[in-house]
Amino acid sequence: MLPASLDLLDVTYFLSGSVLVSSFILLYQTRLFGILNAFALQSIILSLAVAWQAMVQQAPHLYVTAVIAFLMKGIFVPLVLRRIVRVLNIHRAVETVVSINLTLLGGIGLTILSIMVVFPIARAADVLVREDLAFALSIILLGMLMMITRRNAVSQVVGFMAMENGLVLAATGARGMPLVVEVSVAFSILIAFFVFGIFIFRIRERFDTIDVDDLSAHRGDAR
Amino acid sequence: MGIAELLLTGLAIMFAIGLWSVFFHAGANRIRATYGAIALACLFLLLPGIGYIIAAPGTVSIVLPLGLPDVGMRLRLDFLSAFFLVVVNLGGAVSSLYAMGYGVHEARPGRVLPFVAAFVAAMNLVILADDAFTFLLAWEMMSLTSWALVMSSREKEAERAGLVYFVMASFSGIMLLFAFGLLAGAGGGYGFEQIRLAPPSGPVATGVLVLVLLGAGSKAGLFPLHVWLPLAHPAAPSHVSALMSAVMTKVAVYGAIRILFDLIGPAMVWWWAIPVLAIAGITTLMGVLYALMQHDLKRLLAYHTVENIGIIFIGLGLAMAFHANGQTAGAALAMGAALLHVFNHSLFKSLLFLGSGAVLHATGERDIDRLGGLIHNMPRTAFFFLVGSAAISALPPLNGFVSEWLTFQSVLASSQLPQMSLKFLIPVTGVMLALAAALAAACFVKAFGVTFLGRPRSDMAGKARETDRFSLVAMGLLATLCLLVGIFPGQAVQALHPVVGFLVGGGLPTEAVTPAVPLSLTPFADGRSSYNGMIIFVFLLVSASFTAWFVHRFASRTTRRTDSWDCGHPEDNPLAQYTAASFSQPIRRVFGANVFSAREQVDMPPPGDNRPARFAVSMDDPAWKYIFTPLSTLVTWVSRRVNVLQQLTIRRYLTLVFFWVVGLLIVVALWN
Repeated sequence: MLPASLDLLDVTYFLSGSVLVSSFILLYQTRLFGILNAFALQSIILSLAVAWQAMVQQAPHLYVTAVIAFLMKGIFVPLVLRRIVRVLNIHRAVETVVSINLTLLGGIGLTILSIMVVFPIARAADVLVREDLAFALSIILLGMLMMITRRNAVSQVVGFMAMENGLVLAATGARGMPLVVEVSVAFSILIAFFVFGIFIFRIRERFDTIDVDDLSAHRGDAR
Repeated sequence: MGIAELLLTGLAIMFAIGLWSVFFHAGANRIRATYGAIALACLFLLLPGIGYIIAAPGTVSIVLPLGLPDVGMRLRLDFLSAFFLVVVNLGGAVSSLYAMGYGVHEARPGRVLPFVAAFVAAMNLVILADDAFTFLLAWEMMSLTSWALVMSSREKEAERAGLVYFVMASFSGIMLLFAFGLLAGAGGGYGFEQIRLAPPSGPVATGVLVLVLLGAGSKAGLFPLHVWLPLAHPAAPSHVSALMSAVMTKVAVYGAIRILFDLIGPAMVWWWAIPVLAIAGITTLMGVLYALMQHDLKRLLAYHTVENIGIIFIGLGLAMAFHANGQTAGAALAMGAALLHVFNHSLFKSLLFLGSGAVLHATGERDIDRLGGLIHNMPRTAFFFLVGSAAISALPPLNGFVSEWLTFQSVLASSQLPQMSLKFLIPVTGVMLALAAALAAACFVKAFGVTFLGRPRSDMAGKARETDRFSLVAMGLLATLCLLVGIFPGQAVQALHPVVGFLVGGGLPTEAVTPAVPLSLTPFADGRSSYNGMIIFVFLLVSASFTAWFVHRFASRTTRRTDSWDCGHPEDNPLAQYTAASFSQPIRRVFGANVFSAREQVDMPPPGDNRPARFAVSMDDPAWKYIFTPLSTLVTWVSRRVNVLQQLTIRRYLTLVFFWVVGLLIVVALWN
């Protein structure tokens, strides 16, 4: 089954590490189109990583996961978001809350933290699984960091989907995860995506902005 | 039909009545029929209880395919639950019989009827439950249905009562939830059978004791968690007040006994008796002092429930002390006294609440300072109320005396205990009990005297009518039972023998002794102390008849003209009579200044000013002043501070979650 010339560990490391690196690329972007491209890149690398896991683990259902990831998050979601951005005419610079450099520093800190958390806990586990989990946790945290350091609703959606990419990586790295779980996670993310998308349009329609901080002025309760 | 089928039929009928009466409650006859059906369903559950105690057929277990998966709903009938089945369903049957007359006048029967049936069914289910899940489910159902009954009235007062009750009931449910969590342990064995096999010990068992005292204690009304009880019990319709005060508090006592004596049982430590006895002693004394300060008839009765729960817990505390020291005879005596008082209190407290309901219906008044002279218009109610008052004041030959006397006997037996601290604490508790008994008698002289004797203080009191037949039959039944238990105490104690044996592993010492005089109750040896209710009853009957005959036969028939002091009635105005407040003034001056920080203010206008002089008394409730008001202030303060968190933007919430997660991860990383 396995190509003999390839070292198993090396390829796994390379692929899941690439997903992590693409998270940093995502964090570094200042323009909405850039963010969308980076997200598409991350999703495609993720689907490659999942396909590789499917081959290593000889688990055919993971191929299904890989295809879903590739089609949905690699192509469909970025295209739709791209259209939203174009229709709403907001392809200008993203308003960040803290500077990009500071965000990147924080991202490095989070990666170190995840490694420090996962390694001692999963000491007994397979080396592969351990690395995979550490990468996955840092991708999740980076997605969260993305959500809180951007004001724009579209980039928050992307941050959310990036978190989900981390979840998929963790789920496929651990052996024996049934397909049902992955499908249901993917499905709920899809629903969330639609809800987000509709809301972005609605918010724009109503308030003429999609900066989430501007919304607080329209809440019914007294400040 | 076997016992299991009877029990299930009774429960099913009860729930069915609850559902049925949601839709059909209009019309006097329908209300009457519904209450009759509830009384009948109570008999279905009462008879197995009595039959079980007499025939002792061995534990009956039922598993219903309801509830949690794998666990199911487990019910079980043993001696303890059989005894409490009798208490609950006797109370349920009699108050339903009473309600066949009283409930017809209900303003909104649709708000009362369904919940009464469900309430009684829930109490039965608590007693039959054999796993923690069923127990807690039934416990919460009991709380909720009784809360709905408290809220059935439209009065403003009922709203506050409902709020306080709701908070306290949730508190008690949560405490018991934790207690069962500790009992089940990490393995999660929530069946009582599993808990019995592996009871906790050491600090875990102590934790269970604390949680049970908080959880069951707040439901039963231990000081200072009693605060909901005098608010909620009077707010409900009177037959429900009787159920809540006389029966539901006993279900809480059942919970405490079941957990402490049955489930933990062997792990009991002697010093557990110290907090139980201390709290029980304070509860007894405080309950009666509160009651003395009251002149709302139903609230006064509710405070007396607090007092009597204290007496029951004194018995339980003594039983713990003896049981943990392996002194079976003493433990059996104290436990027998506590259980008998459970039964007795359910009888006379039901009787008194039903009587107060009759008064309330006849006059529309609960304030005894606006009643008076009712004995002329309501002679039968007055007589039954008098019997209940004598019983609760522990006067022989009625039943209240028997159980309090037995409690005193076990207080006296405490000198055999090895621990010095108990040797000192128990006599102190005994003194508190004695003082409370005397004050209770004073309180009921006040309650009965001001309500039924003298002249009417309001128009309504003057126009009162005797209550209906159903109510009179129900009260008569209870009064007869009070008398029967009082004059046949030996038989009553004998009937409790298997229950006591089940709990502390030994019978009352009475079994071994053959009393010299038939029908006597001798807890120890024949020469040491014994009590015979029959002799006292016959003596009282004979001497009273003789006195009556003597007075009527030899009293002078010549007419006398009097004036000046006028037999204590120089004024025509009925307001010049002795009132409840005047009656309790000496006691208020002795205890009130310290306990309630009572202040008396006299406002005397200067000469020439024609506004009336005023005399006002103000009191603080220590439980509210020192515990609950500061607590609620604290809760308000904290929630106002935390309120800021509800006003954040979406991104700030996300930031909050993010830093929380990162913080937790840092803790995990450092931990490793």
